[in-house]
Amino acid sequence: MTTVDNAAQQSAKSLEPKKSQPNSPSATLDSGKLIDVVNLSVKRGDTALVHDINLSVSRGEIVTLIGPNGSGKSTTIKAILGIVTPDTGTVTKLANIRTGYVPQKLEINGTMPLSVKRFMRLTQNHSDDAINAALATTGAEGLHKREISALSGGEFQRVLMARAIAAKPDLLVLDEPVQGVDFNAELEIYQLIARIRDELNCGVLLVSHDLHIVMAETDTVICLNGHVCCSGSPQMVTNSQAFQDLFGSRGSEALAVYRHHHDHSHGPDGEVIHDHA
Amino acid sequence: MLDDFYVRAMLAGILVAVLAAPFGCFVIWRRMAYFGDTMAHSALLGITIALLLEIHIGIGVFVIALGTALALVYLQRQSNLPNDTLLGILSHSTLALGLLAVGLMTGSNVDVMSYLFGDVLSVGRSDITIIAATTVAALCLLALIWKPLLAATVNEDLAIAEGARPQVTQLLYLLLLAAVIAVTVRIIGVLLITALLVIPAATARRFATSPESMAALAAIMGSIAVVLGLAASLHWDTAAGPSIVVATLGIFLISAVLPVRR
Repeated sequence: MTTVDNAAQQSAKSLEPKKSQPNSPSATLDSGKLIDVVNLSVKRGDTALVHDINLSVSRGEIVTLIGPNGSGKSTTIKAILGIVTPDTGTVTKLANIRTGYVPQKLEINGTMPLSVKRFMRLTQNHSDDAINAALATTGAEGLHKREISALSGGEFQRVLMARAIAAKPDLLVLDEPVQGVDFNAELEIYQLIARIRDELNCGVLLVSHDLHIVMAETDTVICLNGHVCCSGSPQMVTNSQAFQDLFGSRGSEALAVYRHHHDHSHGPDGEVIHDHA
Repeated sequence: MLDDFYVRAMLAGILVAVLAAPFGCFVIWRRMAYFGDTMAHSALLGITIALLLEIHIGIGVFVIALGTALALVYLQRQSNLPNDTLLGILSHSTLALGLLAVGLMTGSNVDVMSYLFGDVLSVGRSDITIIAATTVAALCLLALIWKPLLAATVNEDLAIAEGARPQVTQLLYLLLLAAVIAVTVRIIGVLLITALLVIPAATARRFATSPESMAALAAIMGSIAVVLGLAASLHWDTAAGPSIVVATLGIFLISAVLPVRR
């Protein structure tokens, strides 16, 4: 059932003939795994943007890449999606994997008249029902006739998410999905991602630079700074020395504070209201 | 009917307006008005090379415009210079080279003005055949790549992530744009081609609700401008190319104050 992504394999070979391939073309994925990235590196000129990246995403798992600006989060994602060509390493994907992608920066040029519905059908022929269902899932119902360039930042983000999930992907790749969205909506979107994961039983690969919110819904955190500094459960990563070095103690404190907030919320007088999960 | 120069000019002009419309839409959507302008300016060099080699002018223009486009794409990827600087360098140096080359061809009775501003009134039967064939072929090919080109225009990364191969599509688009410029040069001249590409499309934007309706409206508005421009040219004995462009401007200005029903 599993194959190697041929394009990535071949380009890696042609660019780096000396390097031995860690994965032979007959490489297979462990059961449950959607993608497996081995020793991935991407260079621009002589500088390595990212190097020796190893990660995998399994069905039903939310993997979050965090790291400071310029740490190579987007580059890693783009190499996995085939948007940039890896210089070394392999990206092995489940055969016929369906991938939904929400890119980091998407500037919609107002010169093109494009309805939300049409935008969702740019590369795929979704039925009206599939489009409306996806929009309803992300809280963007009723927007299908609106013109893309007239949407607010939050509406557009929800439309992008709906577009990514309309094909019921096996893997959802989200590069900073909360941009241009206010704080309350941010929380909502992360909860939405977890809900989508449950509904579609898909894997999620998420990029974020904000530590506060993302952790709660994450199974695995990969802390990136050109290479994988540390990875594991959110608890493990936040306690690790590498994470503290990268984000400083204030960053980790902020996380601890957040986790406290996640257990309960406060009423108008400050009394503690426990959430029932 | 085709014996009348005025009818031939009208037919050629409308064909070119219809051809330019969808390509002009993509020029606007991809924000490449100056890119198209640079390709058009390089056409003069193509004309002189064609005259020197005694090949069809359209072929010379097509080859040089495409070469300029490919050089631009390459430089945009490799150079540290900003895009508009690169365009400025290539646009005006190719134009200057073309003007020099025309000047050097002393003895030949080359009418530079007719290449700079077009000479639609001298279009012959064989020109009509070439323009019509190019129009049909280019529009059919554009229809074939319409969907992937649209996806790549909205967002290239998204298109690649969803399995498209935009490089091939975009290369084909540049090739077709070079062909559009090659047949349009005759009608409107190297300096005014961009206007015929951009102004009708920009006029159509306000009234369009989909990419396709924008292209169709641009074709209609471009055709009306050709009819009005040629009529004005005949009536007041003004240059045909600039008259057509002024007509597109007039329609643009009038439409800008019309209310849009949404």
